[in-house]
Amino acid sequence: MAKFKGAIVVDNEKCKGCGLCVVACPTKVIELNPNVNGKGYHYAWMKNPDGCIGCASCGLVCPDSVISVYKMSVES
Amino acid sequence: MSNIQDITKPEHLVYRKTPLLTDNVMHYCPGCTHGVIHKLVGEVIEELDIQDKTIGVSPVGCSVLAYNYLDIDWAQAAHGRAPAVATGISRLHPEKYVFTYQGDGDLASIGCAEIMHACSRGENIVVIFINNAIYGMTGGQMAPTTLLGQVTATTPYGRDPKLNGFPMKITELLAQLDGTCYVTRQSADTPGAVRKAKNAIKKAFQNTRLQKGTSFIEIVGTCNSGWKMTPVDSNTWMRENMFPKYPLGDIKDI
Repeated sequence: MAKFKGAIVVDNEKCKGCGLCVVACPTKVIELNPNVNGKGYHYAWMKNPDGCIGCASCGLVCPDSVISVYKMSVES
Repeated sequence: MSNIQDITKPEHLVYRKTPLLTDNVMHYCPGCTHGVIHKLVGEVIEELDIQDKTIGVSPVGCSVLAYNYLDIDWAQAAHGRAPAVATGISRLHPEKYVFTYQGDGDLASIGCAEIMHACSRGENIVVIFINNAIYGMTGGQMAPTTLLGQVTATTPYGRDPKLNGFPMKITELLAQLDGTCYVTRQSADTPGAVRKAKNAIKKAFQNTRLQKGTSFIEIVGTCNSGWKMTPVDSNTWMRENMFPKYPLGDIKDI
């Protein structure tokens, strides 16, 4: 079992759906949501939230700084 | 198993938008490298705690509106003249951290004389140079850094060296000048590259504190609208075509 559990929070209305976080995610957690935000962009979301390890790779490459990353250690 | 509400508590926050960035929505296209570099500059200023001592000079180009996004003091220069304006500011306020933020059309083309002589004089400034091989704001025309064969609005059959000349490696040129103390070329396409670019920007601001001279950081970036590609394809194209011509790494560090 993973030692760390992570989660991201995306500012849906500011996300422009560029998809850079999708390819940056090492555990394939992030996908573009089939729904769109107010500007018509498919925003990023955690499709597989169980896989998130809180590495913050998505936050680093996000051009619009819409991703906040959380990470907590879990007892195995 | 823990659910998402348990994880997203303030004490577990490991990465968030730096407070140096304002809440304005950036006008850049989706996936633009400018957004990443704005964020890195903000994070470096936050970490060095120099928000009230930093003055930025924004160029003409897409990043002309950088003053809307970073919560520091700004001046806006005429096309290509940001190093000249920064020279004046840094000489009047030697205790301030002065940086310019320029694109390749601004710095390598119309502002070529200004950057050459600012670096030659060794002005105590930081220059951040975004090289995306195209004029992004005006509609994707050829820039001095456009690669051979690259299709732009003004070279619809690809850049021909007989007609348009060769791409200019301005960073290597500036590294030969005695006034520069730190010349490097970085990228921002992967998380690792973003971390390296942030360290380079941080080092450049620390050089300003040490009064070492001009620090020059080239960021090889993308212009997915100008290149007519998706952001992800742009990064792939950049790695395959730009990096062989513009190799990453430190060119000068004294």
